[in-house]
Amino acid sequence: MSSTRSRLLFFAGLIVLWEILVRLHLWPAYVFPSPLAVARSLFDGILSGMIPLAVLTSLRRVTLAYAGSLLIGIPLGLLLGRSRMLQDTLGTLVLGLQALPSICWLPLALLWFGLSEAAIAFVVVMGAVLSITLSTADGVRNTPPLYLRAARTMGARGWRLYSGVILPSALPAILSGMKLGWSFAWRSLMAAELLYVSLGLGQVLTLGRELNDMARVLAVMLVIVTIGLLTDYAVFRPAERRVRQRWGLQGNT
Amino acid sequence: MSKTFRSPHGDFPALRGLDVRAASGEFVCLLGPSGCGKTTTLNIIAGLEQADSGTVWMDGQPVGGPGPDRVLIFQEPALFPWLNVRDNVAFGLAAQGVPRRERQRAADVQLEMVHLQEFAAASVHQLSGGMKQRVALARALALNPQVLLMDEPFAALDAQTREALHLELQSLWSATGKTIVFVTHNVREALVLGDRVVLLSARPGHVKSEFRCDLPRPRPMESHTLVDMAQAILTDLRSEVQAAQEEARHEQHPL
Repeated sequence: MSSTRSRLLFFAGLIVLWEILVRLHLWPAYVFPSPLAVARSLFDGILSGMIPLAVLTSLRRVTLAYAGSLLIGIPLGLLLGRSRMLQDTLGTLVLGLQALPSICWLPLALLWFGLSEAAIAFVVVMGAVLSITLSTADGVRNTPPLYLRAARTMGARGWRLYSGVILPSALPAILSGMKLGWSFAWRSLMAAELLYVSLGLGQVLTLGRELNDMARVLAVMLVIVTIGLLTDYAVFRPAERRVRQRWGLQGNT
Repeated sequence: MSKTFRSPHGDFPALRGLDVRAASGEFVCLLGPSGCGKTTTLNIIAGLEQADSGTVWMDGQPVGGPGPDRVLIFQEPALFPWLNVRDNVAFGLAAQGVPRRERQRAADVQLEMVHLQEFAAASVHQLSGGMKQRVALARALALNPQVLLMDEPFAALDAQTREALHLELQSLWSATGKTIVFVTHNVREALVLGDRVVLLSARPGHVKSEFRCDLPRPRPMESHTLVDMAQAILTDLRSEVQAAQEEARHEQHPL
């Protein structure tokens, strides 16, 4: 069976199961709405422009903050991967900070930046940048010594060695860091929007709770999940496939 | 030359008073038991490692760090998977700052020399082990080095591929007139390829004996003269292998 078909069947089954549970009337409709009610809420939300606006706002925020995370995280990782001293000092700090859920930065961000876009960008960057840095540093550190010796015997030095060998050899690791970073960025944004920021999907979600509109809550959650999945399929999978093909690894997964 | 590796567990003298010379255009094979410092010797000549004492001289000039006049070829092809075959061959020229068009043309010429021109745009992983090693050879030759340093380059290949590459290397050598220093632990391989076979002692490595090999080329592996010579060298080598094993035992049970 093709993977698209099995996927479709799985989700159709899930919806049927959901409908059955609804019809058993185990819970009142405002706690557990039917798939149809959620679909209608989603449809209304899209038609009224509320959901498209929220999606656009959230996507703009996450894209900007994610771009910033890449600009900080990749160079930082390249440095950490090559310097023992930086690895021991800054590397330990980065590793420690990764234990901190990024939403814990929100109070600090609010005090620093006030109720602004900058505050939310800060939270998202703190969520994404660490995993990008760590993966990049790992990739650089794991450059096969043989590649380095081969490049050096051919006279490659300094920047040429870095851009021609270390960076491309770390590319698969950097890519998986970027993928991880993206999902952290998306989650951090949703958490931050839930807690305060106007507009955005998280805000619509909070609004749904305040209005006791369970169908809307579920509809927005569906949108959040879908966007996460779509980026994975549209951006990261093709990129990973290309790298795997190039590296001759495509048979493994 | 001498070289000692220092570690917290003690010092390991790898080379002691090693002295090897190669005439320009000569094919020299370094032969010795494993762990005798053959690879270290090549690394030092290539400039990837420093000798503790002694100097590598080339045309009367002391050799500093790595340089494209002495290119090292490894047991593994060490090709870069993110580059296609042509760009792999052109890598060294890129490192020298040769413009793109020019270095690609040079790479194509080298690929033709190793009969892989139709694989120029292929990915590295599409090649067989022997083809990869030929690309590695082309990549080294693209730099037009004076000396080719080869560290057991065919050890990981099957017997047939190895023999084909022996022939190919010999014809490349006579076509280009490069000086080749070839490290191997295979006596017959050394005799098939080398003008001169230098037998190294067990660790710490120094030159134990030398054999000239003036048989006409190409030399079949089964030629009687070659087998007889190999026998003589093997007897010599065996005592060194034993010495190396003694040493290893000694290290396992230090007194």
